[in-house]
Amino acid sequence: MILLAPLGALGRLVLTGLATLGRMAIFGAETLSHLFRPPFYPKEFLAALMQIGWFSLPVVGMTALFTGGALALQIYAGGARFSAEAVVPSIVAIGMVRELGPVLGGLMVAARVASSIAAEIGTMKVTEQIDALTTLSTHPMKYLTVPRVLAATLAVPVLVAVGDSIGIFGGYLVGVNRLGFNPATYLKNTREFLELWDIVSGLWKGAAFGFIVALMGCYFGMNSARGAQGVGRATKSAVVAASVLILATNYLMTELFFSA
Amino acid sequence: MITLSQVHKAFGKNRVLRGVDLTVPTGESMVIIGGSGTGKSVLLKCILGLVQPDSGTIALDGEDVGTAARDAFLARFGMLFQGGALFDSLPVWQNVAFRLLRGSLKRPKGEAREIAIEKLRRVGLKPEVADLFPAELSGGMQKRVGLARAIAAEPEIIFFDEPTTGLDPIMAGVINELIREIVTEMGATAMAITHDMSSVRAIADRVAMLHDGVIQWTGPIAEMDETSDPYVQQFIHGRAEGPIAAVR
Repeated sequence: MILLAPLGALGRLVLTGLATLGRMAIFGAETLSHLFRPPFYPKEFLAALMQIGWFSLPVVGMTALFTGGALALQIYAGGARFSAEAVVPSIVAIGMVRELGPVLGGLMVAARVASSIAAEIGTMKVTEQIDALTTLSTHPMKYLTVPRVLAATLAVPVLVAVGDSIGIFGGYLVGVNRLGFNPATYLKNTREFLELWDIVSGLWKGAAFGFIVALMGCYFGMNSARGAQGVGRATKSAVVAASVLILATNYLMTELFFSA
Repeated sequence: MITLSQVHKAFGKNRVLRGVDLTVPTGESMVIIGGSGTGKSVLLKCILGLVQPDSGTIALDGEDVGTAARDAFLARFGMLFQGGALFDSLPVWQNVAFRLLRGSLKRPKGEAREIAIEKLRRVGLKPEVADLFPAELSGGMQKRVGLARAIAAEPEIIFFDEPTTGLDPIMAGVINELIREIVTEMGATAMAITHDMSSVRAIADRVAMLHDGVIQWTGPIAEMDETSDPYVQQFIHGRAEGPIAAVR
């Protein structure tokens, strides 16, 4: 019997995880069902768009700049082993737009936005502001969740596009100034090897990651337990869940878009 | 008239409400008393549909609240929450006029602001407060703003959840008086929950005592002091000894 105890614990863990996933899926479906049904709250949507999109630009831009630069150095060093240094511009561009731009952008937005949404809504929950919304004939999901999820789904692809450009520029700066590439050749190689689908697939990923980030922030905020500890736990869970789901979704979308 | 019949609610193994029967007549002010953690707030939330009862019926003017049209039902209510529950991101006037800025009761912005300022004045706050944010207000002012929000849409029924918790005795007295005046002048049905006996005496027409998940006693405020019910006597006199265990 004593040997079965760990198995029982593992089983309970799996069941709890599956139940949480199920509740998240229902929450997501409910959010989508409210997306096209009035009332709409355009002011809340615009405020969320500013918070999620505009104010995330610096962190996404800085991340992309340094990642593009580091990527150029790594590819140059790796490529030198079989005399393929010339592939730096194309690999930097493809790597940024297909993978690193959307994934790192998504993760940075998860850290910044999922945490702030979960903390804000969690605090509203424990201070009865969510109950107050209901008594004031306002559906909390329509007023709080839908504007944030919609704003993140639309804003993150734009952030990814900006991040891609800055990342490629980071690679260009390192390539030209540090590795001795000719500026015109670097840009020509970047343009030639980059296909439209490389860019578009990254933007689709960005939209999916934006949806995940805002949804996790709202889900854990709405289900926050009482007190400061409850809000803290909700915030942490939102970031962890958003990050893991971003990485898992990235794999699935890469399989879907690029598997032979 | 609000009628509760055999309302039960449990959270896991904790059976909070174990068959509550209560009638709140139209136009009367009912105060529910009882110790902390006895389910007073849960009872209010069950009536508003914020918490779903496990069994029993709750009716408003004979109509089951579970089947009533939600928006029309909620439009009849105003509620003052224990901590105010003001929206941090909105200035005071938009908190007060929240219902008047959206939904079926929507008014032009200027008109909504005027009504908000008039309601703020009614609860003793100056118009300058209108543009402050909730975080800039004292606890007493937040309660007043919460009260102004509760009455902004002229509801038929007003709920008060621990209206004087966290206030000094003088501010508590001011809030109690305000509640009594407003309920009387609006002719509203009021339901308050509290364990502050000064609130009970200031606000109540009728009193109900909730203990062990049921209404132990109910009657007019004038009969509260004379009742022989040991639960009521222990509670209103704050005695450590009696049928209510001091440790819950």
